Amino acid sequence: MEFLNAFVALSNYVLIPGIAYGSQLALGALGVTLIYGILRFSNFAHGDTMAFGAMVTILVTWWMQAQGISFGVLPTALLALPFGILGTMVLLVVTDRVVYRFYRQQKAKPVILVIVSLGVMFIMNGIVRFIIGPDDQNFADGARFIISARDFKAWSGLDEGLALRTSQGITVITAVVVVVALFWFLNKTRTGKSMRAYSDNEDLALLSGINPERVVTYTWLIIAALTTVAGVLYGLDKSFKPFTYFQLLLPIFAAAIVGGLGSPLGAIAGGFVIAFSEVTITYAWKKVLGYLMPEGLEPDGLVQLLSTDYKFAVSFVILLIVLLFKPTGLFKGKSV
Amino acid sequence: MIVVEDVHKHFGGFHAVDGASLTIAEGSITGLIGPNGAGKTTLFNVIAGVLAPTSGKVTMAGEDITGLPPHDLFHMGLLRTFQIAHEFSSMSCRENLMMVPGGQSGETLWNTWFGRKRIANEERALAAKADEVLEFLTIEHLAEQKAGQISGGQKKLLELGRTMMVDARIVFLDEVGAGVNRTLLNTIGDAILRLNKERGYTFVVIEHDMDFIGRLCDPVICMAEGRVLAEGTLDEIKANEQVIEAYLGTGLKNKNKVGA
Repeated sequence: MEFLNAFVALSNYVLIPGIAYGSQLALGALGVTLIYGILRFSNFAHGDTMAFGAMVTILVTWWMQAQGISFGVLPTALLALPFGILGTMVLLVVTDRVVYRFYRQQKAKPVILVIVSLGVMFIMNGIVRFIIGPDDQNFADGARFIISARDFKAWSGLDEGLALRTSQGITVITAVVVVVALFWFLNKTRTGKSMRAYSDNEDLALLSGINPERVVTYTWLIIAALTTVAGVLYGLDKSFKPFTYFQLLLPIFAAAIVGGLGSPLGAIAGGFVIAFSEVTITYAWKKVLGYLMPEGLEPDGLVQLLSTDYKFAVSFVILLIVLLFKPTGLFKGKSV
Repeated sequence: MIVVEDVHKHFGGFHAVDGASLTIAEGSITGLIGPNGAGKTTLFNVIAGVLAPTSGKVTMAGEDITGLPPHDLFHMGLLRTFQIAHEFSSMSCRENLMMVPGGQSGETLWNTWFGRKRIANEERALAAKADEVLEFLTIEHLAEQKAGQISGGQKKLLELGRTMMVDARIVFLDEVGAGVNRTLLNTIGDAILRLNKERGYTFVVIEHDMDFIGRLCDPVICMAEGRVLAEGTLDEIKANEQVIEAYLGTGLKNKNKVGA
């Protein structure tokens, strides 16, 4: 009984939030890693692209809610998601044509593109705040829980309750679907193979029947889908605030680098490594240990290694360790 | 077929190609030789569109192709291989070859989802063609191998194979023989001769191995210090005073004279 209680508490506060957060980071890191692998620069505007995609989705969601359109127990935002993706696709392709293409033609060094993306980030930052404002926005609707803590307690007879929020369930399922679709696309389709070829050896790709501009455009379209999905899932699970998305850049990059920049599989692994490190290090273990430790040895303190205010420090430390000891990441990406 | 007129390529103060002019006849196998640093590869890169020339003009069959990007030239039938073999390392040899032809219907997003049958048929034809090419090059046992794992010489063969996946008009081979053993070199030589005869490919070959050049090439063009020094059959080139000077330097020549 004690052990079961400990496990349920652990699932409730560490495993489920960790998996949901990890999926969100993995989707973000996949985008960063694709841009790095194919377009060859670190895109600092990624967090704000997520915010833009989420913003468009929120606006459409509000409009749908006003029209009385709903998705039953599921959040209306899922219905609005395709529109968000379309909006982001337009934004990214226009940005590429207006900004990045110029530097590509100049054969600019990656470091210049990084700084360019910083500029793009500030502009996107401004656009999002200008349209929807800097405040918290609420757009989640539908059923709040798949399993609520009270029902679970009544069903299992345990002292600890297990809650599974709808947003968490949706996050994990959507992330799995998106990742499977992406890997199928990259490994099985001609377009995906062209993208991998372009990433593998640009010189050779240019001298084959691969149209580089087309590869670049498709990359941006995929990035638009990935960022919007990641942004909306994060917004549903936590809340939508433009500044949080900007902050997400750090754990996302940490995830991409830990996994190995340019490696899609690495991005997913990295996302979960970062998410679980953050959650376990900032979680107060008092409750779980209280169940597990023998009588009299239960901790009195919170047993929290770091306050949640420092959660971004965790990404920083992991990033430093990886860059010092294994700069190519877990899955042998390109070294940074 | 290809006419290069007074091409210059400068990297800062360094004149890698310094006023090179040459003509490559259709259906020929032209050899391009010269000491290291003569500007052969740079000239290749200029013709193949990797580098834009500082000045000068390149025409192909009367059409001005100066500074066109490589993938446009590829569609016009101008192909090249690399001095250091390039490959898509994470793909199998067969997939590497299948990447080559352009304009495949699987390349558009629409067909990826809605034209599956057409793509499947096309891919099957391509795979069969790739296998044919691999067999031609006697490396059919490597079809499923990742291209990153095969040997250097085999990568060179794969490079040559890439040019056979499409109807090339002219192929630039940059040191196909470097680091390749005799037997494999002969295989490559046979392949080049056959492609030239059967498919009418024009070849331009950079090579340091004079036996290889002698067997395949007529005419041979010798470059030094970014300029074309001489053109003719290999024997004529070998007898050319300027060429000997470029390869061996004046000191050695004088010494030989003293010795004689």
